[in-house]
Amino acid sequence: MSQLFMFEKPLGMRDTLPKLYETKQHVRTALEMEMKRWGYQFIATPALEYYETVGTASAILDQQLFKLLDQQGHTLVLRPDMTSPIARVAASKLLKEEFPLRLAYSDNVFRAQQREGGRPAEFEQVGVECIGDGTVSADGEMIALAVSALKEAGLENFQLSVSHAGFVEELFVQILGNEDRARELIQFLYEKNYVGYREHVKSLPLSSIDSKRLISFLDLRGGSEVIGKSLDLIENGNGKEAILELQELWNILNDYDVTKYIKFDLSLVSHMSYYTGILFEVYAGNVGFPIGNGGRYDSLLEKFGKSTGATGFAIRLDRLLEAIGELDETVPIECILFSPERRKEACAQAKERRQAGRHVVLQDISGVKDLDACSNKYSNVTFLVGNVGKEPAK
Amino acid sequence: MIEPLTIAMPKGRIFEEAVDLLRKAGYQLPPEFDDSRKLIIDVEEENFRFILSKPTDVATYVEHGVADLGIAGKDVLLEEDRDVYEVLDLKISGCYLAVAGLPNTKMNDVAPKIATKYPKVAATFFREQGEQVEIIKLNGSIELAPIIGLADRIVDIVSTGRTLKENGLVEYETITPITSRLIVNPVSYRIKDQRISEMVASLSEVI
Repeated sequence: MSQLFMFEKPLGMRDTLPKLYETKQHVRTALEMEMKRWGYQFIATPALEYYETVGTASAILDQQLFKLLDQQGHTLVLRPDMTSPIARVAASKLLKEEFPLRLAYSDNVFRAQQREGGRPAEFEQVGVECIGDGTVSADGEMIALAVSALKEAGLENFQLSVSHAGFVEELFVQILGNEDRARELIQFLYEKNYVGYREHVKSLPLSSIDSKRLISFLDLRGGSEVIGKSLDLIENGNGKEAILELQELWNILNDYDVTKYIKFDLSLVSHMSYYTGILFEVYAGNVGFPIGNGGRYDSLLEKFGKSTGATGFAIRLDRLLEAIGELDETVPIECILFSPERRKEACAQAKERRQAGRHVVLQDISGVKDLDACSNKYSNVTFLVGNVGKEPAK
Repeated sequence: MIEPLTIAMPKGRIFEEAVDLLRKAGYQLPPEFDDSRKLIIDVEEENFRFILSKPTDVATYVEHGVADLGIAGKDVLLEEDRDVYEVLDLKISGCYLAVAGLPNTKMNDVAPKIATKYPKVAATFFREQGEQVEIIKLNGSIELAPIIGLADRIVDIVSTGRTLKENGLVEYETITPITSRLIVNPVSYRIKDQRISEMVASLSEVI
């Protein structure tokens, strides 16, 4: 490797400069406030976790983990998501009583990128987890809260696609006979390779009805009509439960009045064997990647010793910012330029304005080399220079 | 007016066949489409915007969402491994990926050298065969490599086999057949689902 320039940062790490920082904070606050209004409590967890615990429990691929060793020789990871650390805390500490826990977070997560080195390897997620609630109502709450929080953040053009991990599995096992064969086919969905999926289905020794069922599975996309179509695809009730859950979810989302943001897409599969029930992705019209995702992960808590259902979602703040664009109004910063003989007056004036909630810079004029540049940077400049009573020369 | 559907098209060999196919599917594309040197062509009648790009870049445009759809060779998709939906086999520009070399030669036992434009595909193929090979990435004229002694074998696309023959090379193994595919950005696939489904349907009818 060539020698590093002193200004370089590790691949995928980014600085947040003032303007972006402010926009980010504004959007983050809007999301957080809405989550708080829904009764979620924020928590923070350490950036470093054990590889053997959080690292392996996480849904993030092993090759995307940043690993390092501690002084005792344990392998550590920089947390690749917030869900598994929160599951760890919940299982070991918080889940003492028998009622659902509502937690929220906004923190950075770390994922090494495989290609095009500049993609962010550290980014902020704002999200919630509802732990210990196995009802579809909880799933509905996740989606309704996601919609509500995004609207609060100022996003208008967005859509959530909802799927169910249970349905795909049940249907495929039912038709193909065993889990291995089902998994083989799900792999094509995971790779988004529908051409390969169709070819694979054709190559299987199936009745024409069954292979037709598998092919039309790819068309289970759209509004509530998808539920009826899905019911047509199943036999003997296998997978019916999942569809009934989606039906219930649709009714719940109707009660929340958010169905206009929702579409079903049963071919949507997320990381294998992580989500166990209803799952969803969030898209904004002008961003090429999903801006958030969520779903039910009933088997994660068990890895930390507590068997209970849980659901949640996370919004990727960097992509949400891309969707919202730059903030128009930033809080203006005023400046008082003073010379030492009028410092007291300047301090008093600054204090008064700051108490009124304005942002004020107090700057000794002899510290400024370029007065014009300095004046241009601030929304207004007051000169408290020279002896009291004399007009300052501008 | 609703936002146009942006389609990334590969310049060169596949382009004409792809345009023919779109016309056959009933899309009105203006005649100047065929010999234009523009990189962006708007077709208002259909509310399409075409981006003409290097074939290997089509999947990149689609992954980043600057194009909703694209037409890309399976060879590119295998090599680039982009996060896009591969929704339709257009069955155009058929060819295949193959291993070729000088006739009657054996690969070096220790670490045979393989020259290719497709380092990832080649590495995967030989790994699956249990062969330990050294991959040499070239950007063109792959056939040169065995002739001048740079590599034992090459991995490249073969359509008629003429180029191999004229350079005195023979095929040793076929890796996989290649055709062009319709690919879709995952967000567009959901947000513009209706228009994209329509397009997939009308293309499926003429394949």
